[in-house]
Amino acid sequence: MSITRRRVLGGVALIASLAMGAPVALAQDTIKVGVLHSLSGTMAISETTLKDVMLMLIEEQNKKGGLLGKKLEAVVVDPASNWPLFAEKARELISQKKVSAVFGCWTSVSRKSVLPVFKELNNILFYPVQYEGEESERNVFYTGAAPNQQAIPAVDYLMSKDGGEVKRWVLAGTDYVYPRTTNKILEAYLLAKGVAKEDIMINYTPFGHSDWQTIVADIVKFGSAGKKTAVVSTINGDANVPFYKELANKGVKATDIPVVAFSVGEEELAGVDTKNLVGHLAAWNYFQSVKDPANDAFITKWKDFTKNPKRVTNDPMEAHVIGFNMWVKAVEKAGTVDPDKVIDAIVGVEVPNLTGGVSKMLPNHHITKPVMIGEIRADGQFDVVWQTKGLVPGDAWSDFLEGSKDLEADWVGKKCGNFNTKTNKCGS
Amino acid sequence: MRGIFDRWTRRVVAALFTLGLFSASPSVVAAGLLDEPLARLHADSFPETTKAIEEIARSGAPEAETLLRAMVDRRLLFDASSKTVVVKDASDKFLDARTLKPLASPPAALSPVRINNRLRGLIDAELGTLALVSPDRTRRFEAADALFRSRKASDLKAVEQAIAREKDGAIATALRKAHSAIQLARDDASLSDKLAAVGELAAFTDTDTLGLLNQTLASAQQPELRTSLEAAITRIEHQRQLLAGVQNVIYGLSLGSVLLLAAIGLAITFGVMGVINMAHGEMVMLGAYTTFVVQEAFRAWAPAAFDFSLLVAIPLAFVFTGLVGIAIERGIIRFLYGRPLETLLATWGVSLVLQQAVRTTFGPTNREVGNPSFMSGGFEVFGVSITWGRLWIIVFTLLVFAGLQLVLRATRLGLEMRAVTQNRRMAGSMGIRSARVDALTFGLGSGIAGIAGVALSQIDNVSPNLGQSYIVDSFMVVVFGGVGNLWGTFVSAFALGIANKLLEPVAGAVLAKIFILVLLILFIQKRPRGLFALKGRAVEA
Repeated sequence: MSITRRRVLGGVALIASLAMGAPVALAQDTIKVGVLHSLSGTMAISETTLKDVMLMLIEEQNKKGGLLGKKLEAVVVDPASNWPLFAEKARELISQKKVSAVFGCWTSVSRKSVLPVFKELNNILFYPVQYEGEESERNVFYTGAAPNQQAIPAVDYLMSKDGGEVKRWVLAGTDYVYPRTTNKILEAYLLAKGVAKEDIMINYTPFGHSDWQTIVADIVKFGSAGKKTAVVSTINGDANVPFYKELANKGVKATDIPVVAFSVGEEELAGVDTKNLVGHLAAWNYFQSVKDPANDAFITKWKDFTKNPKRVTNDPMEAHVIGFNMWVKAVEKAGTVDPDKVIDAIVGVEVPNLTGGVSKMLPNHHITKPVMIGEIRADGQFDVVWQTKGLVPGDAWSDFLEGSKDLEADWVGKKCGNFNTKTNKCGS
Repeated sequence: MRGIFDRWTRRVVAALFTLGLFSASPSVVAAGLLDEPLARLHADSFPETTKAIEEIARSGAPEAETLLRAMVDRRLLFDASSKTVVVKDASDKFLDARTLKPLASPPAALSPVRINNRLRGLIDAELGTLALVSPDRTRRFEAADALFRSRKASDLKAVEQAIAREKDGAIATALRKAHSAIQLARDDASLSDKLAAVGELAAFTDTDTLGLLNQTLASAQQPELRTSLEAAITRIEHQRQLLAGVQNVIYGLSLGSVLLLAAIGLAITFGVMGVINMAHGEMVMLGAYTTFVVQEAFRAWAPAAFDFSLLVAIPLAFVFTGLVGIAIERGIIRFLYGRPLETLLATWGVSLVLQQAVRTTFGPTNREVGNPSFMSGGFEVFGVSITWGRLWIIVFTLLVFAGLQLVLRATRLGLEMRAVTQNRRMAGSMGIRSARVDALTFGLGSGIAGIAGVALSQIDNVSPNLGQSYIVDSFMVVVFGGVGNLWGTFVSAFALGIANKLLEPVAGAVLAKIFILVLLILFIQKRPRGLFALKGRAVEA
């Protein structure tokens, strides 16, 4: 027996197709919904869960009788954490599988990679992850947080008395577009709030960074200037576990130097021993621990669906729940799944979120969300220690960046994603 | 295990302590003292809880300490509707918070009293005052530390009394440090008191002291105090600067040991056998998952012996990944000897298959691998901070390396291995079954990668992607060191680790990595066979 390249590749393809799970049923008259999440490769760690949520939501909608009298059908593809493949798979979903809408993407680079496809083929993408903002496209609906729905309130909290009146800031992130843009916005915001330049330390690390000794030592040194110091972390994915382990081993407690993270949620903490992380913070729009009947029902359904009583829920999952329900409402309102009609119908649609509020789709294709700060508990869940009074509308273009603060997105009145209020022209 | 034991002893001590005081003061009075603060907890608002904590601590009630500790551990629960506050004790029994007596019928809808970082700090400070008289050494030490952090003028008397009482040198030093910190923070301390405090603090080199001195300097008025503060700060910073070099080298050694550990298995499969093994990283990953499975078994059946889980995991990981390695060699690689390109593609395919197999079996998310207590935390020697986990990994790497050298030099298998890799035909004619040696060599390399996985599971994520993050680094180390030379791998791993850590503070983590890669490319241009190239006829074979 000799192993040829073809055999190896064949084996890989077989494994990959096995992992995709959901078989594509050959129903006659169904509405197809595309699910574009990586099920293999580095991002599978986060995205697989979102695929499962979509399958659960679609199954549930079908139990309620489907949509417009038809059954919904999930079409799952695996872009394998490969950014160009995202574009290919999006094209396949829209052109060949004829889906009516797509729910997918996690990283900003994957979203940027599929954008031209959605514009060209005129379809709809629901993007469920918190991101850096500075974007508003006609074909995309952003159900995750914009910076003003996560980063800015988190900093405000740390500046408050309850947050410890932080005076010195470490902005630590992984080296790519989301942390870089978020930190640019945060730096501008902190400077505007009167924080001195030397009280801000910005640090970037490569993807998957695992040796944090030097950086944690730097942070501790930076924190020894006699002013209350906090770390705002946009460290992504796998790099977080070694970072927190190093903090714990160096004896940095949340009461000394709190770390507020934007990418660490219940799913990420499931792989960490949290007893040394108690008190470190995360800013999200949803926490599993929020007591609300809608949330309790969702958690129960999720555990039943996955047949795993230990499965946790997280913020991007809630974003998909909101996005899916909004799409369903918009389709019912428009009476068709035609993307153009749905895009017009969905603005203004209101659906209850899982934390007791009602989220609304705004003309800039972002939604209103509550902002919550949670402290890590010893059991890997979060205690909400602060939350905005009402819901915060998502702002596509940051008010704290030069060149972006004059821009405004309005797909209803102005039919434009980057309308310049100074020059009164669309397209900066 | 130490953690569990500690907590348990603490609880016993706390209980004895409480009982001791209990008999001294009538509990009826104490119960009355706590009514008001406990009622505040029903509100579930942070300002009310803040007041409650202060009142509980000041009440003088013997239950105070137990209540505050319960609050930190989320074992203090309340029910707003029936207006009760209860403590859940170690054996999950419910006690009335006012009397600490068991409750016959605890309310059904209980939720924990929520606290945040600020309240956690406040409780630490209040507990510090209470714990100064504790008979437990660690508790007093923690108390001294907590008082250093809170530096409340009201604690001055208590600290002075504690210093007079204290017999333990280390705790006395910590207490004097706390005393000096309080003197500096106190508004009505005399100038000479403050100067003495600065003199005392200048002897420490830790960052907390530096922070305190900086903070005091920002608000200090008197010129004498300012000069003495500035002198102390310069002294400490100077010392830390001297240490920074040493510290970076230690970080480098630690990074080097991780690199060596990851690369050492590859040094055998790639270095000695010449197989471009792209599935090497996955062997590391399988070793890490073995650790996870072993730890799960320990959690389920022998939680008390959790600290020994790694000792069990090491041989298991070696055997398991070794067998997987032998299977790969027998099933795939042996057909591809002498065809490096095909080997590369085939092993890469194997790595994808293994990754996805693990992803389907264990799920795509990280798995929790715990640190045994002897690998948690850190310590400082002469101002250089070292974490236990990293130190053990350095020791472990050296042991593995020594063990491997021993196998290669002193055993029959090692002799045969060297013979086969130097001249296969000749070895064959001498009666060595070269095919069997190939399989065992590959198994040995894979098994060592598995052991590396056990160690790396302690500092990194245990996810299907674990191996990918080490494969490039491993090849880098082996190629730089010189293919086919274990000592070359050894030197190159530590050289790359230290170079990386010396560059990192200057250039940042991203640039440091790029610099190292560029330097390596230039070096390979100049010396294609690496640091220690094999010489002689073996090279040609």
